[in-house]
Order: sequence, then C-alpha cells, then structure tokens
Amino acid sequence: MSDEYDNNKSYQAQSSEVLDGSAGSINPDIDYVRPAEIPEQDLYHAHSFIEKWVFCQDAKVIGVQYFLTAAFTGIIGLILSWLMRLQLGFPELAGFMTAEHYYQFVTMHGMIMVVYFLTALFLGGFGNYLIPLMVGARDMVFPYVNMLSFWMFFVAVMVLMASFFVPGGPTGAGWTLYPPQTILEGTPGSGTGILLMLISLSLFVIGFTMGGLNYMITILQARTRGMTLMRMPLTVWGIFTATVLAMLAFPALLVSAIMMTLDKVLQTSFFMPTILKAGEVLEYGGGSPILFQHLFWFFGHPEVYIVALPAFGIVSDLISVHARKNIFGYRMMVWAIVGIGGLSFFVWAHHMYVSGMNPWFGFFFATTTLIIAVPTAMKVYNWILTLWRGNIRINTVMLWCLGFIVTFVNGGITGIFLGNVSVDVPLSDTYFVIAHFHMVMGIAPLMVIMGAVYHWFPLVAGKMLNETLGKWHFWITFLGAYSIYFPMHYLGFIGVPRRYFEMYDSPYMTSAVGMNEFISIAAFIVGAAQFILVFNIIKTLKTGKKAEQNPWKANSLEWYTSTVPPEHGNFGDRLPVVHRWPYDFSVPGAKEDFIPQTTAPSEVAHTEVEKT
Amino acid sequence: MHVGIIFLLVIIGSVLFHIFTPWYWTDIASNWGGMDSTITLTFWVGGGVFVAVCLFMVYCVLRYEHKEDRRAEYKPEDKKLEKILTWATTFGVCALLAPGLIIWNQYVNVPKNALEVDVMAWQWGWQYRLPGADGKLGTTQVRNIADNNPFGINPDDPFGKDDVMIESDVINLENNRPVKILLRSVDVLHNWYVPQFRSKMDAVPGTVTFYWFEPNKVGEYEVLCAEYCGVGHYAMRGGVEVQDKADYEVWLGEQETFEQLSARYEKLNVDGNKLAKK
Repeated sequence: MSDEYDNNKSYQAQSSEVLDGSAGSINPDIDYVRPAEIPEQDLYHAHSFIEKWVFCQDAKVIGVQYFLTAAFTGIIGLILSWLMRLQLGFPELAGFMTAEHYYQFVTMHGMIMVVYFLTALFLGGFGNYLIPLMVGARDMVFPYVNMLSFWMFFVAVMVLMASFFVPGGPTGAGWTLYPPQTILEGTPGSGTGILLMLISLSLFVIGFTMGGLNYMITILQARTRGMTLMRMPLTVWGIFTATVLAMLAFPALLVSAIMMTLDKVLQTSFFMPTILKAGEVLEYGGGSPILFQHLFWFFGHPEVYIVALPAFGIVSDLISVHARKNIFGYRMMVWAIVGIGGLSFFVWAHHMYVSGMNPWFGFFFATTTLIIAVPTAMKVYNWILTLWRGNIRINTVMLWCLGFIVTFVNGGITGIFLGNVSVDVPLSDTYFVIAHFHMVMGIAPLMVIMGAVYHWFPLVAGKMLNETLGKWHFWITFLGAYSIYFPMHYLGFIGVPRRYFEMYDSPYMTSAVGMNEFISIAAFIVGAAQFILVFNIIKTLKTGKKAEQNPWKANSLEWYTSTVPPEHGNFGDRLPVVHRWPYDFSVPGAKEDFIPQTTAPSEVAHTEVEKT
Repeated sequence: MHVGIIFLLVIIGSVLFHIFTPWYWTDIASNWGGMDSTITLTFWVGGGVFVAVCLFMVYCVLRYEHKEDRRAEYKPEDKKLEKILTWATTFGVCALLAPGLIIWNQYVNVPKNALEVDVMAWQWGWQYRLPGADGKLGTTQVRNIADNNPFGINPDDPFGKDDVMIESDVINLENNRPVKILLRSVDVLHNWYVPQFRSKMDAVPGTVTFYWFEPNKVGEYEVLCAEYCGVGHYAMRGGVEVQDKADYEVWLGEQETFEQLSARYEKLNVDGNKLAKK
C-alpha cells in the first residue's frame, strides 16, 4: 500500500507542474508514469487460416465478425421494414401479405434491430475492435472466451433465422412478446416459432455475457500505464457503462425467456392466468401477465441505454476530433454516462403506465423518468458547446454527428411527452410511440454507427472511404429518415394505433392515407440508400486511396499502433505509455493542433495544458 | 456553408409543418382536456429547446467551419455555465412534470358518482355489463362463462341478478356522467380505447383494471383495441354512442338483465327437452 501512496503523490506533482505552464520550472519527474503492476499477457497467435479468420482469438477480427453478422441481420430487418411499409402505404400492392405475415414481420423487425443488430454491433462490433486499442491493451483479457462469445452469437442468429422456415413461421407476438397471447393460438408462430425465438434469445444472453465480462475486465484491469479512468476516451466509458447495464439487465430477459418456455412446453403458469379459449378453459391458472412485463422492461429499458450509451461515447469522440476541440466538460460527460446508466434501472415501468399495474406506480416512474432527462440534456449541451468556437471540419463523419444531434434532440424531447405519465395516456400504443423510439434509438444511434464507420474505416482497412459517396449516403439517409419519423408523430395525435395491419375507413384515420404513402416511399428510398455504403466499402477495398497513419489527426491510442491496420498484439514491441487525456486539441502553444495521448509533458513543455 | 443552410431549412420546415399540419388530434369528447393542455405545454417548452439547440448547432457550423490558419478555443470546462444549464434544465423538467402528475392524480381517483361499466374483452370482441337497480355489479369468474351466462357472473351473488347485459360491441353512455370502465379479459391482453376520450388502459386476464372519463359530446365513436392481441387485433373494433339522459334511459330500458336472460335460457331448455321427448 505504501508504494501506491508514493506513486499517487508523484503523479499529483506532475500535474501541478503542467498546470503551471512556465518553462524552466519543470520537475525532472514530470514524465513519470507508474510502472506496470502485472506482466504482459501472452497472446495465442493463429497457426492456420481457420484460427486466423474463423475461430479467431484476436479481438479485432472478432469485432469485424460481430459487425458483419450484425449488419447481415440489419439488412434482414431493413427488408422486413420495407414489407411492412408496403402494406401500410400501398396495401393494394401487398396482396400476398396476410395479417399473419404482417405481424411476423413487425415482430422480427423489432427484435432483430434492437437486440441482434444494434446491441451486437455497438458492443460486439465496436466494443471488441476499439476497447483493447483505446485502453492500450494487446487484446481482451480472455481471448478464447471472446471467440466463444461471437460463435454463440452466431448460433443465436442462425436459430433466429431458422424460425423463418419452420411450420407456422416465426413468432408474430410483437417484439415485446407479451403473454398470454405469445404462446396461445391466435398469434402467428405460437408453436415452433416462439420456441426458437426464446432459445435464440437465451443463446444471445449467454454469448453476450462471455463478451461482456471481457469488455468490463479488460477496461478495469488491462489498461496501459498512465491510462487512468479519467483519461479514457468517452467511447470506452460509454461501452463500459453499457456493458455493466447489460450484465445486470440481460439476466431478467433470460429468466423471463426460460419461464415462458416452461409455460409453453410444460404448461406451468408463471405468466398464465385462467384462460378461456374457443369455449374451453385451458390448463393454466394463477399466473400474472404483468409480471412478465416487469421482467421484460427491467431488461428492456436498460437495453435502450445499452444502445444509447456507446453511441453517446462514440459521438463525443467523433465531434471532438473533427471539431478540433476538446470535448466540453469531460468530467460532466463521464458522470452523465454513469448517472444515466444507474437511473436507467429505475424507470422501466414508464413503458407500463397503461398496462394495468397499480396506477400509483405512475407517480414514481414519471418522476424518475423525467429526472433522467437532466443528465441527458447536459450531454446534448456539451456536444454543441464542443462545436462552439471549434474549428469544424465539415466532412462525412461530422455530417453524421450533426444528424445525430438533430434526431437525438428531437427523439429525446418526444420522450418527455411519453415519460410524463398522463401525457402518455392518449399517446401510448399509437404511432407517436413508433416515431419517438425510431427517432431516438433507431435513427440517432444509426447516425453514430455510420459516422463511426467512416471515421474508423481507415484504421480497420487502411483505406479512405469515398467522401462524395459518403455525403450522398448521409443526406439521403438523414433527410429521408427525418421525413419518415417527424410527420409520423402526428399520426399518433390523430389516434392511429400501432400494430394495425389495416386501418379500414375510420373517419379520423382516412386522413392518414396520404401520409402513409409518403412515409412508405421515403422508407424505400432510405433503405436503398444504405447500399451506397456497401458499394462504397467494396469500391474502396478494391481501388480506394491508401490511408496514412492517423488521417484525422486524432489523439487516442488506436491511431498509434505499430502498423495500419493494426496487427495481432496491436502495439508492436512496447505498449504505449499514456500521459494525458485524449482531447488535447488546439492547445495554446503547441505546434500542431493535437497532442497525442502518448506525448510526454516534457516534449510539449511550452504549452498551456489545463487538464491531463 | 450549404451544410448549415440545409440543417436550418430542416428546422424551419419542422416548425412550419407543426403550424400548418392538417394532421392533429381528433376533437376531444371527454373531460380530459387537461391532457391536451399538457401536451401543448410540452410542445412549447420541448419545441423551444429543440429549436434553440438546433439553431445554436447551425450557428456553430456556419461560424466555425474549418480554416487552416485558425485554432479552436481550448477550454476543457466551464463550471459556471454547466451549473446554469443544469439548473435551468431541472427547472424546465419540473415545470413539465408537475401538471403531468396533477392530471394523473385525477386519472387514478375516480369520482364517487361514476357509473361502473364492466367491459369484457376476448379474441376478438367486446361486450358490456351495467349494474342494475342495486347499483352494484355482481362478481364474476372465467370458469362460469357459458351460453346462459356470457359474463361468467357468480350465480350465488345477489348483486349479479339485476345486472344489465349488453351482448353487443356497441355500448351507450349518458352524456356528462362520469363512467368508470372496469376492464377484464378472458384470454389475452386488450385495451378499450376511444381516441376522442383520450384515456385508455389494458385489460389483463386474471385481474380487473380500471380508468374513468366523462363523455361530454353526444355522438357515435369507434372503439379500438390498443394492445396487441394476436392476428385479429386490427379488426377488434367496437362502438360507443353518447346520448342525452332521456335517450339513454329509453335505450337502457330495452336491455335484458341477467335474471331475464337466465329465465329465457331455462325456457329454451325446457322447450328443448320437450322437443327431445316428443
């Protein structure tokens, strides 16, 4: 213990010297960084093609595998959304589609996009690729378990996809899988389809736990020398907090999946009360459908933040790098991420205001929900204050970030409508809800994913994506998606309920026909525009301009690897040593407008660095 | 330059859309105007924040576009500004939360003179039951449901005898009289929702849930199921007819009570047995 105390002391001395800023008074200890406490980990290097590209233990390859698998499910989800929009906008062209089909598409679209696409892509994809690189580690701490994590996810996806081909088709219970209808006839896919869904979710949770332990322990234990928690890029903070949430929230999903499987297969009655079906009383009794909803949303609400927090973190880094300015209020940003994460476990029943739970809960959950708006708003302010007085590069990456701010603020504010209990009463279960959550957790995180792809592609592939194609991709996606979801809120005001295969001719709903057609056309275009990215990637890999090292002039460690793209082990012979936070952009007195995290204070002694 | 302009046009377009939209809420026909007012208030505050944040963003994009010879400002933190923003946001959030909670308090406290209506849902339809002269609904059980007891009323319950049975998906309500909707379901989740009344609540099998409203406009309204209940969800419609007291009482007088219905079935049974004997 005494060692640690001494080290802390010398660390503090160092930072006070830097604050001083005057040359000549430099302490000889200024560049001191604590020695490593544990020896470096041994890496298992691949010996064959299969070990290198299939059952690979390198977190970067696993990250790409996660990314590609998740992107594949995303394309399936996209095609399903086209089919839904065809039915809603142009039912006369969708003659092949029955109500059963429609509800199956709705369900699979929702589940795929939330769990298998967004969650897997942010944590499995970006988490695996970026965590070791950004904290200065050679790999995840448990590479073998990490490999198993991906393959478990892969099997989960295969089981999910298999459900399209079983008798009765996939489940059409809505992505929330509310019992009793989920496992009763009258809902499409209530036989094999729902079982495969529950099995697939269970596999996903198991696989995700393996990955999640890796992310958490790597961040806590394997950071390089000098990489204190408060010097970590916000991307790492976002992914770390999201992983902690996932570790606590996913068990609720797992147990509810297991309990529902038992209800289905062994006729237990966890969620099943006495039920009269087709004139006969079924062999169930005493269970509570609302219990399932509590379990589901105890998972489901943190799940929103499992997607959102990595997006918050990544977008902070992208904005800072491309505005050439430090992220404004770093400490506030960290505490906001952690605070939002903590609060997200106390708001779940705002999805259940009209579920029939004790109505007095409404007061509590409305209050907690609106409290969470405060740290979220602080993050938004800090993003725009980072742009303020910056030196903003208007490139494709920055465009996606700006698109994120607009869609996220829009979706966040409609969240205040829905969180505010009595305002939720007329709006819940209408298109207002659809518009809200697509804006805030569909489009906004997607903007971040796209920005991140354009930002880190030069690192992953060593080539620069085409900017012109990137800008077309952005403008079509942003303007298209905004014109899908902004007007959709107004359908909710009219009172158009969600999950309706057909509207018939209710007087107040016929006015929505024109808007539905417009939204559908926009949805077809936006969906098609995503293939610009696919084309851009293929074209760039073949003929793209070679990327120099650190093309964006960023500070964080992933850009300071021994080779581009980084090889197994990331940093060559010696791990980097960190001397500062990753946001030293445009520091007065510095020659360049960025100071990498690895730059020792004595190398930039004449600068006026405020924060290390 | 043009990037900032396009974002500016998006913001202006959003505001204009809101002002000129032909799609807005369906005319209200109940006492829950407070919900509409809270939505309007949230629109002003939230919309104001949205416009302010986005305009500031557009300003930054236009004003601080990259120039090789310029440096960004270096200022990691500004405690005072952060504090002001935190408190201003907290204040705004409280201002929105307070009316929301006040109206919720009204929503969960049913007036004493409210007429209780039993709304029974199944895949995929509705039927309704009103208390008889004693003003009380009889207790029910799913297992009791049969042809001669469509609501599953407990036969031993004296309050159930005079209950008024409406075996139709349309119910009539008296104008300006509060109604307490008691929801139950015999199979899966449903939700009895009339957009013009603004209010809704899920019907949950195994329990009875409730909400209340006071219709204040004579007319016919469509009932929608607002909780996904399987493949027939979109077709699960019903109706409400709000009438003046006089018309309502005429309608009520024409309805059958549980006792009358039982008697009718007994007679049917006796007749049927006779037929069988012959």
